Amino acid sequence: MALLEVKNLGIAFGGLKAVDNFNIAIEKGELYGLIGPNGAGKTTVFNLLTGVYQPDTGTMELDGTDLVGKAPADICRCGIARTFQNIRLFKKLSVRDNVKVALHNDVEYSLLASIFRLPSYFSREKAMNEKSREILEVFGLEKYENAYAANLPYGKQRELEIARALATEPKLLLLDEPAAGMNPNETAELMETIKLIRDKFDITILLIEHDMKLVAGICERLTVLNFGTELASGETSAVLNDPKVITAYLGE
Amino acid sequence: MKNVIEQLINGLSTGSIYALIALGYTMVYGIARMINFAHGDIIMVGAYALYVGVSLMNLPIAAAILLSIIVCAVLGITVEKVAYKPLRKAPPLAVLITAIGVSFLLQNLALLIFKATPIPFQSVIQVPSVSIGGITISGVTIVTLVMTLISMVILTLFINQTRAGSAMRAVSEDKGAAELMGINVNRTISQTFAIGSVLAAIAGILYICQYQSLRPTLGALPGIKAFVAAVLGGIGNVPGAMLGGIVLGLIESIAKAYISTELSDAIVFGVLVVVLLVRPSGLLGKLKNEKV
Amino acid sequence: MKVDKKIIVRVLAIVLSYALITFLLRMGLLNRQYTALLIPIGVNIMLAVSLNLVTGFLGELSLGHAGFMSIGAYAGALFSLHVEMPALPSILLAMVIGGVTAAVFGFLIGVPVLRLRGDYLAIVTLAFGEIIKSVLNALSFTNGARGLSKIPLNANYEHYTIVFIAVVITVLVIANVVDSRHGRAVCSVRDNYIAAESVGIHVSRFKILAFVIGAFFAGVAGAIYAHNVGIIKPTTFDYNQSIEILVIVVLGGMGSIKGSIIAAIILTALPEVLRGADDMRMLLYSIALIAMILINQSGFKEKLLERFHSGKKQKAGE
Repeated sequence: MALLEVKNLGIAFGGLKAVDNFNIAIEKGELYGLIGPNGAGKTTVFNLLTGVYQPDTGTMELDGTDLVGKAPADICRCGIARTFQNIRLFKKLSVRDNVKVALHNDVEYSLLASIFRLPSYFSREKAMNEKSREILEVFGLEKYENAYAANLPYGKQRELEIARALATEPKLLLLDEPAAGMNPNETAELMETIKLIRDKFDITILLIEHDMKLVAGICERLTVLNFGTELASGETSAVLNDPKVITAYLGE
Repeated sequence: MKNVIEQLINGLSTGSIYALIALGYTMVYGIARMINFAHGDIIMVGAYALYVGVSLMNLPIAAAILLSIIVCAVLGITVEKVAYKPLRKAPPLAVLITAIGVSFLLQNLALLIFKATPIPFQSVIQVPSVSIGGITISGVTIVTLVMTLISMVILTLFINQTRAGSAMRAVSEDKGAAELMGINVNRTISQTFAIGSVLAAIAGILYICQYQSLRPTLGALPGIKAFVAAVLGGIGNVPGAMLGGIVLGLIESIAKAYISTELSDAIVFGVLVVVLLVRPSGLLGKLKNEKV
Repeated sequence: MKVDKKIIVRVLAIVLSYALITFLLRMGLLNRQYTALLIPIGVNIMLAVSLNLVTGFLGELSLGHAGFMSIGAYAGALFSLHVEMPALPSILLAMVIGGVTAAVFGFLIGVPVLRLRGDYLAIVTLAFGEIIKSVLNALSFTNGARGLSKIPLNANYEHYTIVFIAVVITVLVIANVVDSRHGRAVCSVRDNYIAAESVGIHVSRFKILAFVIGAFFAGVAGAIYAHNVGIIKPTTFDYNQSIEILVIVVLGGMGSIKGSIIAAIILTALPEVLRGADDMRMLLYSIALIAMILINQSGFKEKLLERFHSGKKQKAGE
């Protein structure tokens, strides 16, 4: 069975169908791309998968667990983590603390332990610091550990967002336009990083992207959305050469 | 039965003052996406300006009313320019705190100039009361209802029929797009503050004609209640503010008469809490979700 | 385990400030007016630090902090008035009762309003403050508008040690919570609640946590206030009181516990130092409040810094 199974997913805003009859099945370990013109409903799909919106129709299952009706925080605990198109970091927290927030449910101690500074506080905090450092090192962010997240350069902020999502130990990672605003060099570097984290953390990745080079370079399969419905899906090279897809992107 | 009708008329009269104030809140919120906490204190300034005009400068009543309206309009524009405009890009919390600061500043300036002791004030409205079928309606109440009605008709015409009005609607719909269409957003915001303040001045004048006493804090409570009215009607929604004001006035008047005078404020604020929890968009409002 | 530098500094600060207060009092170096300021300073530190948890760290404006204070004050005072006990256990219990009652109300209010944010939440807290005031005004066992009087003065300056300990506990507990996984979660809600949810933080849970802890210490502060002054009325705890606490938090710096403490000391002592300017006090507060936000948030500071830096560079280039 696929890791993520979505069937007949749909949502309408004020009568307008933003996503309609959307189906996707992503296998464990896959690097899957979701592409489509602006306003095709890609981010809405992410918002549905992460519980930000509740779907009007359809089913979503991660590893056999039903996701419909769950709150965003619970979906995260089920094993889906995401990044955002418009970066959403905890700006006034340090880079390290951004990751440590994401470790909240993983390394636990009680409120009493933090009030009275019990031994468990010190040992768990230490574990958190080590763990966050490990994740930051993947992105070469450890040297910024104590800087405010808001003060990082743009590209590093995008990477920190990915690092933060990884810290929740997801089964499935959703990346919303990870290369947006990056120059070609940074994009190339990012492609390597994405492949690397897929292998290193043994996770499955679904990404939204406009940069066709990145998509063609790393995604194994694609789904193309247009006007909220699926236009094509399948092997990357086949989809990208589909005349329907080319028309949707370039117009008649 | 007679009593009930009298209470309802009282409620209508208080409610129409709330409605006038609520319009200012709602218009400013619709356009600048902020709660102008100082709005209630503009009422107070309007009331004191009338007092200065009538009692200290011995102006004719019409001139004193005009003075009060002009003072409030200028004050509204100034407050916006000095305290809110620099914060257009600041987080909402910062704007809210500044607005509270402005409210406090106005109250304490009034306290410094006019002192804390309430100043008695003779109503400037000399309209005889009317009796219909044994129910007496005071002159002040009649004038309040008529003035509110006129103000609302003019405001509705202004918003729907004039260029400036349609600019306002455009800015409240989408600031960025309005700017691209060549609308001067800053001027539109200034105009909104001016109109809101003029309505507050009218409310202030009607308010002290009813209560006949001036205190530096006189605007605070009606201000907050009018805000409740704006939320009740759906903040950002002009007809909603009118409806919300009237409904709140009626609720308050009935609560005072039949439940408890001491608890009437608690009931009014309880309405706010219930509305926000059950229907946060208010009676006529639309709810906007944050875009993710 | 190596001892943290932070802990040494904290212990030193606590011991030194206690020694200083004791020295000043024992040597009779404080006149009556200044002695009378000691407890209000402690009360304001507790109020400011607890409000800072809600406003500075959680990022929600609470305009009803005086409401929680009044609940604590009434609950504590009613206890002392009805239960005969030696002073020390009596005040301790009154403080705990005040804090717990306020915390219960904080929870009851927090649960329904946690769905709201920003402007709306601020207004609802204001509304609750006013509701509490008018209910206290209407109830008979709180003696209505006349309020409670002849409350035993178990927390006046003679009992400054108890108050000092209460202040220290408040500051330490809040500082410790802020610097923990719970505190980070609270801050993440402030910085971006959508992102916080996406990494598994139950936003409402931490809103309530911050509200309840804030309300608890406001309640304890209220109980101390009642047992220092001896008389409380519903109007003592009005909207202005809430704003005064907010002024302390904003001037001290939102999210800075140290700042709140320093601002509480200065702003409580200031009126006494500037005798006669009492009329001006609130006026100055409001101007300071506006100026503080305008300087910090309008980009004015950035511009100034930029000019300063570019000036330096030019000089270096010469």
